[in-house]
Amino acid sequence: MNQKLKSYTAQTYIAYALIAPAAIYIILIVAWPLLETIRLSFTNSSLAGEDYVGLENYQKMFSSKKFNGIVTRTFVWMFFSVSLKLIIGLIGAVLLNANLKGRSIFRVLVMPPWVVPIAIGMLGWLWLYNGYFGIIAGVGMRTGILDGPFGFLAYKQSAFISTIIADVWVGTPMVTVFFLAAMQGVPRDLYEAAYCDGASRWDRFFKITLPQITPVIITMSLLSAIWTFNSFEIIWILTEGGPRGSTTTLIIDTYKQALGNYKFGRGAARAVVVMILLMLFAGFYLALLARINKKISHE
Amino acid sequence: MNKYNPFEKILIYFGIFVFMTFILLPFVEMFYASLRPLDHLFRSPYQFYSDDLSFWAYQEMWNTVPMLGRYIFNSFFLASCVAILTLIFVIPAAYAYARFKFPAKNTSLYLLLAINMFSGAVILIPLYKLLRTLGLLNSYQSMIIPGVAFLIPTSIWLLKSYFEKIPIDLEEAAFVDGASRVQILRHIIAPLSTPGLVVVGIYAFIGAYAQQFLFAITFNQKKEYMPIPTGLYEFIGYQSVKWNEMMAAALVGMLPVLLLFIFLQKYIVEGLTAGAVKN
Repeated sequence: MNQKLKSYTAQTYIAYALIAPAAIYIILIVAWPLLETIRLSFTNSSLAGEDYVGLENYQKMFSSKKFNGIVTRTFVWMFFSVSLKLIIGLIGAVLLNANLKGRSIFRVLVMPPWVVPIAIGMLGWLWLYNGYFGIIAGVGMRTGILDGPFGFLAYKQSAFISTIIADVWVGTPMVTVFFLAAMQGVPRDLYEAAYCDGASRWDRFFKITLPQITPVIITMSLLSAIWTFNSFEIIWILTEGGPRGSTTTLIIDTYKQALGNYKFGRGAARAVVVMILLMLFAGFYLALLARINKKISHE
Repeated sequence: MNKYNPFEKILIYFGIFVFMTFILLPFVEMFYASLRPLDHLFRSPYQFYSDDLSFWAYQEMWNTVPMLGRYIFNSFFLASCVAILTLIFVIPAAYAYARFKFPAKNTSLYLLLAINMFSGAVILIPLYKLLRTLGLLNSYQSMIIPGVAFLIPTSIWLLKSYFEKIPIDLEEAAFVDGASRVQILRHIIAPLSTPGLVVVGIYAFIGAYAQQFLFAITFNQKKEYMPIPTGLYEFIGYQSVKWNEMMAAALVGMLPVLLLFIFLQKYIVEGLTAGAVKN
């Protein structure tokens, strides 16, 4: 009888059969295209056909000043966006963690930017950023900060900042919700003990809450780095990478090369760079997760 | 210890107010703009006050963009197809991960997480060529096929944790008593996992609804298959933008996902945070 019970969870062929459909789907629609992208990056593939061209796409790409500018810009854009998401998310989580009336409503009200389709939310931002009729320009003009209409998406620097703010808006709710979940997971008795020892609220935050949620802060910074790096729709809708390339990140450039000009080879070479960077991020993230899990299981 | 003095209370509420303003301002402005007549919107500098607010834009938008209803239907249709297909692929896989021990189990689970980190943009070129060869460009399928692939990984993780909550003893007892695997599936697992399936299905629906834009602008040029996130851009005309109607349509377009999410946010957030933070 025991033998029979053992066989219930040990029949690996059944497990593989159950996983097969999903695995085959992922291999066809994700894994194969990834490999195919690498192959295409060594060709001059276009709608007309393709020839093997060796490293030409890569040579051209890395020797172009424009491309190097795009890589730098991507990281600067990412740095500001991720830092802001983490800082605002942490502050938001602390505020919503306070034991006050209405907090459960606020916790639901944080989420809309996260759930609503980005492409639809960005219509709201297009209106807010409108240089003549938008509320931001309006407040600026009425307070005298702006001396006339100002198109936030029409100038290099302001477009760069505006796209970051919109990206922070989309990304902050998730960071907040995850930080909140982590804060709720901190054992109550730690706080009670500290309170009895006379620790101030400030002390309790820096000596208990912050160290306790550090693993989550680290995971979230990596995850939001990955998602921010992948961010496409926000920039595409607000500026299409303009004005004069000032908001063109790697993802936008890849898309433009590949599907704007149908230069699949060149686009694929850029996609490979994106892929390598993403694999580095993913590697970090998974290694970190494995370490955190080990630590938890040892304790 | 959780008592705040009045000064602290005011400070915290003020902080929450500033934070919420940032989060909700776009929605509030969209709603306000949708209620105002167009000539009030086209005043510079911005007027904070309008006296003749109305829901007129919500009627007129259907005339300005005659296909609007079709776009909303398309969005629903696409998201439903993606959610159902995702469930079909994910249910057996998640069950296997929750119940069986087999080689490469953990490695493959982490590989799934890694897939989540690739944006669709990286694989668009081969997918475009594949869909073109199959003659599927400009069709519903061109948006459904890639959509499912990107929802499978998270859905497997979510559903796996639901299956794990069902005590295995029930199944084992039935198995020892001679029940077949099919009987166990029908009489024990199916009824007990229904709530989990509903939550994962709705997660997939919301995800599918949200990710339509990229695949729609890349793989589909035909108006009759367009989902609402791309269809909304038709309000941007050659002469001027009918902002009030566009905002009205945008709000109508986001309402279904918002309602579903608010209704089920507790379960979805629980599942997601447990998956990514603790594993």
